[in-house]
Amino acid sequence: MDLFTIVFYFLAIITLGAGAVVVFSRNIIHAAFALLFAFFGVAGLYVLLMADFIAITQLMIYVGGILVLVLFGVMLTSQVLDVQMKSGTIQTFPAVLVVSALAGTLVGIFWSTPWKTTAAAPMEVTAAKIGEMLLTSYLLPFEIASVVLLAALIGAALIARREKNA
Amino acid sequence: MGIQLYLYLSAILFMIGVVGVIARRNAIIVFMSIELMLNSVNLTLVAFSAFLGDVTGQMLVFFVMTVAAAEAAIGLAIIISLFRNKQTVNLDEINILKW
Repeated sequence: MDLFTIVFYFLAIITLGAGAVVVFSRNIIHAAFALLFAFFGVAGLYVLLMADFIAITQLMIYVGGILVLVLFGVMLTSQVLDVQMKSGTIQTFPAVLVVSALAGTLVGIFWSTPWKTTAAAPMEVTAAKIGEMLLTSYLLPFEIASVVLLAALIGAALIARREKNA
Repeated sequence: MGIQLYLYLSAILFMIGVVGVIARRNAIIVFMSIELMLNSVNLTLVAFSAFLGDVTGQMLVFFVMTVAAAEAAIGLAIIISLFRNKQTVNLDEINILKW
């Protein structure tokens, strides 16, 4: 086993373990902090895949932005004083059903696909390429993304604010 | 090591997320599970991008992250607004649309 494989398995165990804690933990605070480790694990895998720009973006947007938002959500919607942090499960049977169907489909695809195993392509810095593509062939989606973000910003503030006359 | 390991990993991560979305009661945990699923799809895209030597996959990941950030803001605003009106975020107690 070379170093890459060892690091991959290490990050994979971190990611999957943290993901399992997010989904199966009964304590919402534990789930939110496990989500942090899942995001870090995925960011490490991006580094392993030499996607430098995406790894940094993952850290900044997911860990720095979305996770903080989720923590705010947890704090604002749990009765912290009443120790109401526990949360149970519903619909266990449909969940098992759907997941087994999904797993069957995916395993079938994995089995029936003829894998062409090649070595990873030689790597160079991706940030410059991504920036060039954003301003040439992907200019329109880039601009639309900015409008989407603006609309989301205004919409979130509008939905979450306390109404004066209600 | 080939691309299969990354694909197995993201498939398992996606299925963990599906379990969370369907089986958990708390809306915020459902929300976190959706983020997990988005992350697994992003991982698939980056893996293919790295192994094919094509940056387009990472471009898609960039846009997915943009939409995920917008979704996080809106989703949490809805959850907080819901909590203010119903004093709960348990999905089985939010049933005012049910006949």
